[in-house]
Amino acid sequence: MRARVLVRPKEGILDPQGQTVERALPALGFTGVSGVHIGRLIELDVEDASQLPEMCERLLANPLIEDYEIIEDVAAGAPR
Amino acid sequence: MTTASPSSRHRQLGLTDFEYELILERLEREPSDVELAMFSLMWSEHCAYKHSKKLLGRLPTQGRHVLMGPGENAGVVDVGGGLALAFKVESHNHPSAVEPFQGAATGVGGILRDVFAVGARPIAVLDSLRFGEPGESGRSRYLLEHAVAGIGHYGNSIGVPTVGGEIYFESAYEQNCLINAMCLGLAPRERLIRSAAVGPGNVLMLLGALTGRDGIGGASVLASAELGEGDETKRPSVQIGDPFSEKKLLECCLELLDRGLLSSLQDLGAAGLTSSASEMASKGEVGIDIDVGRVPLRERGMEPFEIMVSESQERMLCVVEPERVGEVMNVCEHWEVLATPIGCVTQERRLRVLKRGTVVADLPVEVLVDDCPLYDLEPIQPAIEIYEPARAALTGSESEAETLLALLASANIASRRPVFEQYDPVVQSRTVRRPEEADAAVLALPGGSAIAVSIDGNGRRVACDPRRGAAEAVYECAANLACVGADPLGLTNCLNFGNPEKPHVAWQLTEAVEGLAEACEALGVPVVGGNVSLYNEAPTGPIFPTPVVGIVGRLPDATRAGRLGFLAEGDAIGLVGEFTPSRTGSELEKLQGGPPRGPLPPVKASAVRDAREAVAAAVRSGALHQAHDIAEGGLAVALAECCVAGSIGARVEFEGDLFGEAPGTGYVASGPEAVVSRLGRVIGRVGGERLEVVGRLDVGVSELAATRDQGLSALLA
Amino acid sequence: MKFGVVRFPGSCDEVDALGAAQRVGDAVLLWHADRDLQGVDAVIVPGGFSYGDYLRAGAIARFAPVMEEVAEFAREGGLVLGICNGFQVLCEAGLLPGALLPNPSLKFVFRQVGLEVVDSDTAFTRAAQPGQRLSIPVKHTTGRYFTPGPVHVVLRYAPGENPNGSQDDIAGVCNEAGNVFGLMPHPEHAVDALTGSTDGLRIFESMRASVDDRVAV
Repeated sequence: MRARVLVRPKEGILDPQGQTVERALPALGFTGVSGVHIGRLIELDVEDASQLPEMCERLLANPLIEDYEIIEDVAAGAPR
Repeated sequence: MTTASPSSRHRQLGLTDFEYELILERLEREPSDVELAMFSLMWSEHCAYKHSKKLLGRLPTQGRHVLMGPGENAGVVDVGGGLALAFKVESHNHPSAVEPFQGAATGVGGILRDVFAVGARPIAVLDSLRFGEPGESGRSRYLLEHAVAGIGHYGNSIGVPTVGGEIYFESAYEQNCLINAMCLGLAPRERLIRSAAVGPGNVLMLLGALTGRDGIGGASVLASAELGEGDETKRPSVQIGDPFSEKKLLECCLELLDRGLLSSLQDLGAAGLTSSASEMASKGEVGIDIDVGRVPLRERGMEPFEIMVSESQERMLCVVEPERVGEVMNVCEHWEVLATPIGCVTQERRLRVLKRGTVVADLPVEVLVDDCPLYDLEPIQPAIEIYEPARAALTGSESEAETLLALLASANIASRRPVFEQYDPVVQSRTVRRPEEADAAVLALPGGSAIAVSIDGNGRRVACDPRRGAAEAVYECAANLACVGADPLGLTNCLNFGNPEKPHVAWQLTEAVEGLAEACEALGVPVVGGNVSLYNEAPTGPIFPTPVVGIVGRLPDATRAGRLGFLAEGDAIGLVGEFTPSRTGSELEKLQGGPPRGPLPPVKASAVRDAREAVAAAVRSGALHQAHDIAEGGLAVALAECCVAGSIGARVEFEGDLFGEAPGTGYVASGPEAVVSRLGRVIGRVGGERLEVVGRLDVGVSELAATRDQGLSALLA
Repeated sequence: MKFGVVRFPGSCDEVDALGAAQRVGDAVLLWHADRDLQGVDAVIVPGGFSYGDYLRAGAIARFAPVMEEVAEFAREGGLVLGICNGFQVLCEAGLLPGALLPNPSLKFVFRQVGLEVVDSDTAFTRAAQPGQRLSIPVKHTTGRYFTPGPVHVVLRYAPGENPNGSQDDIAGVCNEAGNVFGLMPHPEHAVDALTGSTDGLRIFESMRASVDDRVAV
């Protein structure tokens, strides 16, 4: 099964990348944008999806400073 | 067999009809697709130096310290104690204009590989960069920011310190930025290795990263053509670098060499397997068979021609005796480096490419490597001015103090700290002088001596007068070394010019090479290697002719390395050398809106040589407290820089031109009066908190420092 | 006194750390794949870009076989020093509290900075005076220290010298037991007057003194 893990900085942690992008968008003519955060996407094929939370806790994310979201059963051919 | 292919596919690949006819004549048949692709790269300007090779023969290459001269992956000089220093400078201009982070990063990666390909451990990197005006061009700010980030990313990650460099901003570089990277490496003399393939029957092995579609056609498509509209489509051709992968490859190769397991070694750069294999075969006067089916690939369905021209980074080719292949594989496994036998060395001097037993290319090595036509330049001195003057920032009615501050704040003179703080200058624990501590970087060698290195080149002055401007680059670089107490051992150069098929550029190139040769002969410095980058031109015109010069030198006692900053209250300040400043080609002339218009005043080579020797000896003796050569901005700027670096003022008397320039001819040096008065003319004393030129200017050192420190940041904001 | 300096694929400053340690005692390299700590008295996890900083700095290195042994060594009270990337590895491994975040500038910064010794009573700072200023360079992109809970601060950046926005100007911390110490500045690049300051030697000298005490007891 194909899964996706989205990792993002925890609320309250300073996210300079997100801030930089948020500042850059108006300069390109895009207004009304806020709350920009930059994280990481990990895609993987797994046989046992129940292992995903532990993978996230132990390696894919650092739970002290990051939140993660697991999306299971991503369809083959879904937009990458 | 004289008809060109009806589809003119050769033209699409960058070969002229004349060149294609020559191929047909030499092969006595039409080339296969794979062969044509190989020719298109090997016969490109970037690989074959079609328009420059004849000219480069003018440069002096002999010297008593030279261990390897031009023609190998890097030049090498003897630095004593059984040690050899390898060094070279290379350009990565066109890829960086398209994708500056990766272009600059892979430029560093490439020059690092050239150095460890001769068996030397890279110990330092310097970079020489050119962009358009930061205050005027958002694009130039973008290129600068990302190129610097790319250089930092690669150099810092692989653990090689970036110890020096230079950056110039001129609108002539707006469309064609210049990214030149220089690397130095250290090796015990016994570990040096050449690239000539040896031993028919020996195994050809590919080490390092998987092969993908990076840079396909990069060499001929990008580097041999002027940049025009629609550069976005060239993006897929840009290589992506991985310093982590190269770090492992570097350690692996050095261990393989330490164990004596390799017969030859060559890095894969422009034109990938094609150029590396053919050059190895050519130098060794042997042949090579490559089976593309055995090359480990990153992408599916790659065709033989793609595999042969891929510029995927972080790969090396080596030749190994069959009985040693097992040991080589063990070492590579330890370092997690992929190692794959992909072919063999043969007796017959042909380069053959096979796929699952079928021959898809079979070329005589000579035809591929040696038969590329070399073109004569048709130089004609331009009758009109080629370059626009810069926008005037000064009217000429400013006071001398205001003029000094304007120069210190200007893009070409302000402190480069915002840039070099992004580089690690200390990893490997050899760095005795960091950026801005002295005029050259200094690196300690085992045993107490040290290496000094500087990279220099002022395109504006070369635009004024290519012959004298190019000579000045050599003189100034040698002067920088003298200021730390070093004598030059060898020189590497990168010639960055426009389209050589245009007579005025051909004239610039011919004159510049002559100037370089004259200066090298005058100082007795051999050229041990280098690079040429042509076609740096946009519809608006060529870049300034920009020969960039890197010189390596040696000083016997690292503890006596010279410094830039004034040291002690009461020190006598001397003006050393036959310094005859002129406004032609100067930064002040630029700020006042003057175009680069020559000629530059002549310089007495013997005087330059004498001053260089005297300053170097005085610094080495330990008697001088500091030395700084007079360059952009003239004497006033040089004095200001010495005050700022030493956080102390000076009081000086001087009647002449405070802002005129004459690179390589004059120095500021201070210390005990007895020492300084023997070296030059005493013009004042160190002390206080202000820089005063009696009757002319009086500025606080803190104001000089603040202006200089903020200059670049203000322009980049 | 024998130091062990860990080498991961991608470590850069391990040779520098080895050289610094050798000014004070013996030192050997500990390969990441080996579990043998060779009977060392103290372990140094050095700076660099282990595993290319892939995923997160230090995230992969913490799982190296040698790090399992280092964790055991630390649990038994052995001295462990983490420098820069080493500090990141120790935080990822849970041997030190907190985490290192990207510099607010998002840029790599090299700078010679002034540090203040907050606690000179630790095994790593006993050769320094309380409040002493140490001049030591930093060089990193991801050095902003963050911890939601309490932490034993050992070194701070001197006022005005914080290069990376670290919480409370924290430059170096140790664990509750006081035997594991992590700092972002590079003391191994401040041991030789020829190439910079010698203030970094204090840390290595402190470690030797601590080990000597234990042997004596």
